Amino acid sequence: MSPPHSYRDGAKRVAPLAPAAASFGVAYGVLAVTAGMGILAPIVMSATTFAGASQFAAASVIRDGGSVLAAVGAAVLLNARYLAIGVATAPAFEGSRIRRFFESQLIVDEAWAVAQVGGGRIDRRLLVGAGLLLYPCWVAGGSLGVFGGDILGDPKRLGLDAAFPALFLVLLITLTVSRRAIAAAVAGGLIALVLLPIAPAGVPVIAAGAVCLVGLRRR
Amino acid sequence: MSTTWLVVLLVGGFTIAFKAAGPVLLARRTLPPRLTDAFELLAPALLAALVVTQAVGGKEAIVLDGRLVGVGTAIVAMCLRAPLIVTIVIAAAATAVARLL
Repeated sequence: MSPPHSYRDGAKRVAPLAPAAASFGVAYGVLAVTAGMGILAPIVMSATTFAGASQFAAASVIRDGGSVLAAVGAAVLLNARYLAIGVATAPAFEGSRIRRFFESQLIVDEAWAVAQVGGGRIDRRLLVGAGLLLYPCWVAGGSLGVFGGDILGDPKRLGLDAAFPALFLVLLITLTVSRRAIAAAVAGGLIALVLLPIAPAGVPVIAAGAVCLVGLRRR
Repeated sequence: MSTTWLVVLLVGGFTIAFKAAGPVLLARRTLPPRLTDAFELLAPALLAALVVTQAVGGKEAIVLDGRLVGVGTAIVAMCLRAPLIVTIVIAAAATAVARLL
């Protein structure tokens, strides 16, 4: 059996994304404040929700004058996958319920992705190490954003938005070894692609996750 | 309560509950094999969807932009067995350069 990973391994694995996460945190802070959310609410949101896509979605709906239902609906839909991810990774967590509760809050796409150790399982220390690095980057970025406006400028000018698909791609290739996994990946990617132009944000990813239900019927 | 704070509190509440439900309620219980089979496919399917939505996703549209240059560069870097951090930095740099041109 390979030696267990350490928290530092998790932090090191996700470190390439930390600057990008901070920059997008700044971008979120700027967007939220210009959307009329005030200064405190965006920071609280970053600290409690800790999920970039849904925070951007909520801020966008608020900016466009949408209802509470529309903003909450979009954001919650975008985060629905964390319910499945939490159930799938549950065996990896240990300790008291309080501890499991707090450690589970560090679940975010990038931390979950770098914590994968094959077979759909994660290593808890990788997840927590990665999450503990990403979380302050995200919240600090958001705080800078609401106060500092355009400190870092547009993350897209630095190409940082390409960092995310690049990371997910590398991890996808690393983890997709069995034929069923390849089929699931192809199906998931196609579902997401087809739904992108016609479904609201979040639905493509959740629908792709539904592909895994195919595994339920195979036995 | 203002719209903004209502949204922040509701989204926060749901998200916290989503993330905690599995680990708090289920940890240490072995799941039936059919479920673990299904969850084993969750990672490839979700990762593929995340690649697609992050690479070409726009506002309810497919948007082909500089990100594709970065993703293409990442593929090349991977074929050359570059380390992860190098791959990502190169991807971001390639996209930035492509946007300058």
